Amino acid sequence: MDAKRVETVSARVDAAVSSTDSVEDELELSAVRHRPEGLEQLEAQTRFSRKELQILYRGFKNECPSGVVNEDTFKDIYSQFFPQGDASTYAHFLFNAFDTDHNGSVSFEDFVMGLSILLRGTVQEKLNWAFNLYDINKDGYITKEEMLDIMKAIYDMMGKCTYPVLKEETPRQHVEVFFQKMDKNKDGVVTIDEFIDCCQNDENIMRSMHLFENVL
Amino acid sequence: MAAGVAAWLPFARAAAIGWMPVANLPMPVAPAEKNKRQDELIVLNVSGRRFQTWRNTLDRYPDTLLGSSEKEFFYNEETKEYFFDRDPDVFRSVLNFYRTGKLHYPRYECISSYDEELAFFGIVPEIIGDCCYEEYKDRKRENAERLMDDQEDNKDAKLPNMTFRETMWRAFENPHTSTMALVFYYVTGFFIAVSVITNVVETVPCGSAPNQKEVPCGERYTVAFFCMDTACVMIFTVEYLMRLFAAPSRYRFMRSVMSIIDVVAILPYYIGLVMTDNEDVSGAFVTLRVFRVFRIFKFSRHSQGLRILGYTLKSCASELGFLLFSLTMAIIIFATVMFYAEKGSSSSKFTSIPASFWYTIVTMTTLGYGDMVPKTIAGKIFGSICSLSGVLVIALPVPVIVSNFSRIYHQNQRADKRRAQKKARLARIRISKTGSSSAFLHSKRNGLFNEALELTGSTEDEKRLSKSTSLLESQHHHLLHCLEKTTVSAHTLELALCHNNILNHEFVDEQYYQQSYLEGGLQNYPSRSPSLSSQDGVTGTCCTRRTKKHHTPLPNASAPAHMQPLTHTHTHPQGLQELSTIHIQPLSTSRSSLNMRVDEPAPLNCQSSQITTAIISIPTPPVTTPEGDAHLPAGPTHQNVVKVSAL
Repeated sequence: MDAKRVETVSARVDAAVSSTDSVEDELELSAVRHRPEGLEQLEAQTRFSRKELQILYRGFKNECPSGVVNEDTFKDIYSQFFPQGDASTYAHFLFNAFDTDHNGSVSFEDFVMGLSILLRGTVQEKLNWAFNLYDINKDGYITKEEMLDIMKAIYDMMGKCTYPVLKEETPRQHVEVFFQKMDKNKDGVVTIDEFIDCCQNDENIMRSMHLFENVL
Repeated sequence: MAAGVAAWLPFARAAAIGWMPVANLPMPVAPAEKNKRQDELIVLNVSGRRFQTWRNTLDRYPDTLLGSSEKEFFYNEETKEYFFDRDPDVFRSVLNFYRTGKLHYPRYECISSYDEELAFFGIVPEIIGDCCYEEYKDRKRENAERLMDDQEDNKDAKLPNMTFRETMWRAFENPHTSTMALVFYYVTGFFIAVSVITNVVETVPCGSAPNQKEVPCGERYTVAFFCMDTACVMIFTVEYLMRLFAAPSRYRFMRSVMSIIDVVAILPYYIGLVMTDNEDVSGAFVTLRVFRVFRIFKFSRHSQGLRILGYTLKSCASELGFLLFSLTMAIIIFATVMFYAEKGSSSSKFTSIPASFWYTIVTMTTLGYGDMVPKTIAGKIFGSICSLSGVLVIALPVPVIVSNFSRIYHQNQRADKRRAQKKARLARIRISKTGSSSAFLHSKRNGLFNEALELTGSTEDEKRLSKSTSLLESQHHHLLHCLEKTTVSAHTLELALCHNNILNHEFVDEQYYQQSYLEGGLQNYPSRSPSLSSQDGVTGTCCTRRTKKHHTPLPNASAPAHMQPLTHTHTHPQGLQELSTIHIQPLSTSRSSLNMRVDEPAPLNCQSSQITTAIISIPTPPVTTPEGDAHLPAGPTHQNVVKVSAL
């Protein structure tokens, strides 16, 4: 596996070195072929069975033959599920949440790890993941601005043709409601513990966490 | 949602967990996955080539054959695979569609076979990807045009019962259909030529008396020319009126270009007749004579090339318009420039901008008459620029027009060539099919032979037949026998009983069989009854009165019910795919030896003796024609057989 990582790194190094011709850069970068770790290792690291991993990989490879998803492809794919609105902002946040090593691309391992948490993880892990999603700058606190961004992104996905028509302040109001619920010490930010505590006390949220368990 | 991203749906659903903490309301229940089974490989055996894919791949498109339960019809229990008896090469494209979500059209594939495969597998061709869609559409259009051409040829086939008016119209439109039409065609052509030559010669100065100035021939031999003109105009008028009478839609005919040309060609003469020798109007009258030259356009009916030229110009209207526009722009620009450049020079011919137009046009088209030349240096410079640019501006749109003309012309040539080849093709097909088409009749004769010998019931014959012929053939023959039996009328039943059941209305002799078989096509079955069973069969032996036709009315309206599967070239054992058309020609074309009824009035038999069966090929709509019984006297031949054997 390390060899493969080295391959990608060296490709980038080469690209950086030969920065004179940008076309060459693109070619070299696009020639990167990322191969995932072996099936056994992934099996050990995630909670998926071998067959499930196979199915996942087939779908993944079909859409991204190069083995990694970059942000544009990611946005593209995600937008296809929400044709009525603009899913690109939310997809951006989602991409950042999946791209755990922040290298600008989501490899199969990242993808599968993320899915493992979401589909097979404990409630704690799921909530952790959600917190990570909302915390845009990954500083451990969710501020009102961050929440507003997320909320606007979600509402954007709904699109313009809703009934009743969504007004401008709806996201803002929603954020207020959220903060009222979550921010126990009213310090204007939500920490991870506040978040997890609050969610665990909320029945609706708890129930909905188990919604997608049998997706795969 | 594209098929490819269907694989990412689990991911999208999982990511929805991100909304949960934010949501205010409880979420709806997730749909339950009933009998979720592990993804399995399924084997698709297409004519021996095995394709394997995941079941899920095929399930992506549930409204196609492979994606729905329709494929279960093709499941083979023993080999545990799905067997399709189709073209494996095209199937590749079909399967790739499921895999990648994009349907491609391979260029080497015939368009109609591709369409058939798509139709079979339930895939709409509109989803062909952008990369191949244009090619597909082009080929499809070409094919459609070709079919249309062929159909147009078929319209040459003479329909029975055309009214006099329709015959006349057909004669006008297609001169090669009858000799009369051809004669008429050439006569009108001749007179057009004569008329045009007359007009030309009229203005040539003939010899004159020594002390008079030269006069044109028209004035010298006024009477002769007048007579010639009158004759031509009369012919043209008659022709026009006849066309007008014969046209199926008179209003549309009158609006057509050719008719307008006709009118314009003959009108000046009549106007001239009407007008008196008034000084004022005679000047106008002389101008009208110019329109006589339009007679030359009448030649376009006679010349295919001229029509193509006209059509090309029409279709290149936009290019021509562009040419005109750009030329006009250039002319105005250069004329202005030349005018101002030459303004200074004395005795300049460039008196005004419009006057310079003439110079510009002559220069740009590189004619260079030399009646107007610039004298100043500036004028000369601009003049040379003008002539250089003229070449360019004119050279640009012309190739487009030329290529258009070439394409249309070649298309026409191809159509003509195809028509000529068609006859040869039909002849060759006829030869190759002589063997198979007589199979039925041979077997029938053998059957009769046996029947007559044994004088037994029909079932044994079937068995006998089946020994010598293939099972399929014998089944088919049996079917036809049943039909014959079914349509026996009362009269013939008597006769049959009396003569021990010689089959009455049999299918005819080979020759007809072949002829009609190959003509194919749709024939209007005239509503004459088929059950002229009384005639033949029992001919010479005892029943000489065969003239009585028992016209029991056949329900012709229920045409679909009368599909006669008369498969002769058994290419498909299934027998569903192809049923051949047999149209048995009227008796008048028969060999004389067959005619038991030489003395009988021909029309009777002709029309009655038509069996038409349909060529049916799925998916085109079946060509069905009402059945009829053939009552051509297969009699003699059968009789001979009978005589020799039994009597």
